[in-house]
Amino acid sequence: MARVVVLGAGISGHTSAAFLRKWLGKDHEVVVVSPLPTYNWIPSNIWVGVGLLKPAQVVFPLAPVYRKHGIDFRQARAVALYPEGDDAHAQPFVELEYTLDNKKGQRELLSYDFLVNATGPKLNFGATEGLGPGKHSLSVCTASHAGEASDFFLRQIQEMKQGARKRFLVGTGHGLCTCEGAAFEYIVNLEFELRAHGVRDKAEVIYISNEYELGDFGMGGIHLRRGGYITPSKIFTESLYAERGIDWITRAHVQKVEPGRAFYETLEGEEKEITFDMAMLLPPFSGVGLTAFDRKKEDITAKVFAPSGFMRVDADYQQKPYEAWRSADWPSSYQSPAYRNLFAVGIAFAPPHPVSRPRTSPRGTPITPAPPRTGMPSAMIGKAAARSIVDMIAGADKPTHTASMARVGAACVASAGANPFTGTAASMTVFPIVPDFERYPEYGRDLNFTTGEIGLAGHWIKILLHHMFLYKARLRPGWAVIPE
Amino acid sequence: MSEPNKQFTSMERAQMRASFYATKPTGTTIFLRTFLPWQVWRFLRINLRMFSILYRSHRQL
Repeated sequence: MARVVVLGAGISGHTSAAFLRKWLGKDHEVVVVSPLPTYNWIPSNIWVGVGLLKPAQVVFPLAPVYRKHGIDFRQARAVALYPEGDDAHAQPFVELEYTLDNKKGQRELLSYDFLVNATGPKLNFGATEGLGPGKHSLSVCTASHAGEASDFFLRQIQEMKQGARKRFLVGTGHGLCTCEGAAFEYIVNLEFELRAHGVRDKAEVIYISNEYELGDFGMGGIHLRRGGYITPSKIFTESLYAERGIDWITRAHVQKVEPGRAFYETLEGEEKEITFDMAMLLPPFSGVGLTAFDRKKEDITAKVFAPSGFMRVDADYQQKPYEAWRSADWPSSYQSPAYRNLFAVGIAFAPPHPVSRPRTSPRGTPITPAPPRTGMPSAMIGKAAARSIVDMIAGADKPTHTASMARVGAACVASAGANPFTGTAASMTVFPIVPDFERYPEYGRDLNFTTGEIGLAGHWIKILLHHMFLYKARLRPGWAVIPE
Repeated sequence: MSEPNKQFTSMERAQMRASFYATKPTGTTIFLRTFLPWQVWRFLRINLRMFSILYRSHRQL
């Protein structure tokens, strides 16, 4: 009997665990370890953040789902990996600390045959002074953060209805943030709701971002065939912002947030500040801080994890200039090069380098979006790792399935306002996610499969995806036929 | 629903705003974005396109 432990129950970890359970016989054990008791369909947090959904509508408890499907669930956080075991334990194990109320703080050593690290990111609000909930800005990264953002936003609307003028600042709270797509979705939804509440004339809405140009989204932007031209995504994003009366500040590293004031450095090296009444600024991500020890209990964290805290996998981590980046640098099997029974999926794997061109201010501050690794690619990576592990348990000597972000595409629907008749969303497809300039020399992507358009149809699809993916995540009948 | 605000700005002159230099959609483009018959067609077309991406990507797994 083999035991597979999955650390994390986000999109990638949950997908991995579900497929492992489906494909492995009952002789084998699947254990999920997550510090939170709930699953969160994160893409819909945007609608929670503007008051359209309640936090409870984007989460559900994991324990009953896992119980029903024969997955062992431990509500705990992983603290340390022992991939060689130790003197007292021949098998590799992971040290857990329970977060469940009646076992809070208790530690457990959980042995494994295979381990999938799907711990996702640490929301590194501490990287920017004053950033984040409980300090001076809001977030939509979790359902509870989005709930707080919603309460604050709705209070602003009430004050505006009494005649107050407000300035909304939305974007990235650090020069190395990722998930610019989420900030984009939030600002256009916020602007849409201001109109729906009849207070748009009292609002100034400003986007601040570490992107070199709007529409970069951490993917180096995309090119689309539209209107007789091949056009960069910058044009479409700027167009939407201009149409909606949203101002923007790009190439910005937010250094500090004070009550009602954000300080930022530009790529040109200037230091500026901007006032606000409400700020939703995303944090940069880092690894969750797992440590690793060898059999003699010597610290091997630097061998297993990159300095960012994300886990090293089968990527090419050799430092090289932008011009030398290749699509082959990106991992495909997500197996640790140090331990064959260790995989990292979703945000937990260390990317070899950004996708967007790296840039640094004259003061030496890097202002470059980190690469996105969320949504569809995360789930596909989780599924590929699960398939490889199943095959390796059956006797394969190496991973059998791959999901390189430089080989797979993604479909993405970014909400731009939620209403069944007047709402819109940007429906995008990219192929591949990471540009491959060897296969597609001009733009790095196949323009037959890289598309985008804004319209009501996109909003209908977004609604459909919300319900479909929550259904799938609940592992209801037929869940496995719904594609990632 | 009120219209997007085109007046309220921290800057005095429209030309000083980055949005002044941005491409903007025509009335027809904006109309088609929420014109039901057109959007029903786009719904079908986008879904087909997304399924083709899903098929192409899942073939790699």
